[in-house]
Amino acid sequence: MFGFFSSLDCSLDIFFVEALLNGVLLAGLLALLALGLNLVFGVIDVVWICYAELVMIGMYAIFFFVQTVGLPLPLAFLLAIGLVAIAGLLLHYLVIRPVLDQPPINQLLVTGGLLFLLQAAATMAFGIEFRNLGLRLGSMNIGDMSFSWSRIITFAVAIAAVVALWQFLTRTYIGTAIRAISQDRQIMPLMGVDQKKVYLATSAIGGGLAGLAACLMVLQYDIYPQIGLQFGPLTFMICVLGGLGNMVGGFVAAFIIAQFITIGGSCVATEWGYAVAFLFFMLVIFVRPQGLFGAKS
Amino acid sequence: MITQKHIAWAVGLTALLLLPLLIRLMFPDTDRYYLHLVIQILIWAFIYTGWSMMGRFGLTSLGHGAFTGIGAYVTVLLWNFAGITPWIGIPVAMLVATLAGLLVGYPCFRMRITGHYFALLTLAFTEFVRLCIIGLRDWTGGSLGTQPTRYGDGLSFYAVQFEPNRVLAYYIVLAVWLIGLMIWVKVDRSMDRYALDAASQDEDAAASVGINVTREKLKITAVSSAMCAFGGAIYGQYQMYIGPETIAGLGVSLNIVFAVIAGGIWSLMGPTFGAVFTQVLAEGLRVGLRGSETLSKLLGQSALALDTFIYGLLLVLFIIYMPKGVIGTLAERFRQK
Repeated sequence: MFGFFSSLDCSLDIFFVEALLNGVLLAGLLALLALGLNLVFGVIDVVWICYAELVMIGMYAIFFFVQTVGLPLPLAFLLAIGLVAIAGLLLHYLVIRPVLDQPPINQLLVTGGLLFLLQAAATMAFGIEFRNLGLRLGSMNIGDMSFSWSRIITFAVAIAAVVALWQFLTRTYIGTAIRAISQDRQIMPLMGVDQKKVYLATSAIGGGLAGLAACLMVLQYDIYPQIGLQFGPLTFMICVLGGLGNMVGGFVAAFIIAQFITIGGSCVATEWGYAVAFLFFMLVIFVRPQGLFGAKS
Repeated sequence: MITQKHIAWAVGLTALLLLPLLIRLMFPDTDRYYLHLVIQILIWAFIYTGWSMMGRFGLTSLGHGAFTGIGAYVTVLLWNFAGITPWIGIPVAMLVATLAGLLVGYPCFRMRITGHYFALLTLAFTEFVRLCIIGLRDWTGGSLGTQPTRYGDGLSFYAVQFEPNRVLAYYIVLAVWLIGLMIWVKVDRSMDRYALDAASQDEDAAASVGINVTREKLKITAVSSAMCAFGGAIYGQYQMYIGPETIAGLGVSLNIVFAVIAGGIWSLMGPTFGAVFTQVLAEGLRVGLRGSETLSKLLGQSALALDTFIYGLLLVLFIIYMPKGVIGTLAERFRQK
């Protein structure tokens, strides 16, 4: 009767190990995606529902710079990161700032409107066709297992980005101010921290991280206007699961979710991997609303 | 005692009852299209009203796309694979959706998951249901969607199929919509409404005066999810096609929330106005923009997405400048004068 269970063939063979390791590599990308959203979420207490759409804009920007303008890839990457950082800044200044005093749910919805707008803008500019840069980085083979280099690079960059962000937040003045604001939004302005500046800086960094994620995504995925819908919900889930504003927690959550997706995908079917991941997320939040590693408020 | 309000209602209702005739007179050739538009508006208005039951008490759920999906799919699958008439199938679907709503709601309300967390949790629920629909592709047709099997010529009391006769379909959905308004008024006048209002302001204070907050929230969740499941089922029976993106999923959830916010969440006609506004806007932009030759010459293929672009832009502007919705903002202006 249950057709999808009959195709369940999970044994501890080489393919299972391959799926497991590919899950670890996917976790790197998911963790990087969650990183910027987590920062914005933790500091400004606003959910950018359109976060994955910022990534999509970054991917199209790289495509445009390389294919149309003819810039070398590294320069296109840098420009895209800068562009999405500015987009994050504008998003905060034009859209979030006017609704900061409104109920939290309106802040969430206003970026939802932006989600439609950005998707439509991308469709208008580039059409609905799948695009890619035609990059082939090949793969690394270990025994019978194969891992694509693009995933390995993504994983390494994601780890580096987490470390770099942590250094920034602990070693610099503005980083310390960002952490302070995220701990107490009411008191810090009284201590002489300029809340507006901190919010703008956070938004720009959040956007920049989305841009960085875009650089890594173009190595692995085709670009199309709806790509945000594929990664957006996953990204929110990882942020909440790890505990808002908790970057290490976000990383661990990314690993858990990625394992559900890759192992579920290799044993049953991709959508069941995702479905179980969402179910797991709901169950965890029922028991621990603050997330796996969030502090009890 | 007949008040102005009663007269307004009587006039409005008469106009709605005569609407098919009016459309026939005004657009003799394209009356089916305009009736279709009105039917769509009424079905969605009912679903939006169902959502606003929870939404107006601060329970901003992004999970209602799951309830409409459950309503549509359970009804159609029971009919297609077990031959069970929608007269039984629809109540079963509503029951399933209500149970799902309570199952997600209970831990949320007990653990006091509110605001962003509630929205994101219900979003996960919507995604879960959509993925299940796609995953069970042997029955549901996966992402391509499915159709209820036609019974005879597609016009049947037993199979609750009424699509070919647009006028009949109109009166059916009009009745459904009126029932939705009646439920809204009934809730609005009940003690539960005051309890929920209090709970949405301050849960501790509400609990301290003896309100069982969790139970009140569960009650409204049950009403709201059952209504949305019913709306989803009627949508499926009318459209004779259901797909995971058209009646389930995050897109549906977001559309529901946006339409109600645009219309106004705190007034009876707010969700209905939201349905009129979003459907007419989407349809008008689609027809207006795609039909225009100058625009298609100017923009080429990209004119296809211009309607969504304007829709998104308007949503952003609405929330920034009219957070109380059109009806709410107008009512406020009116009172100030």
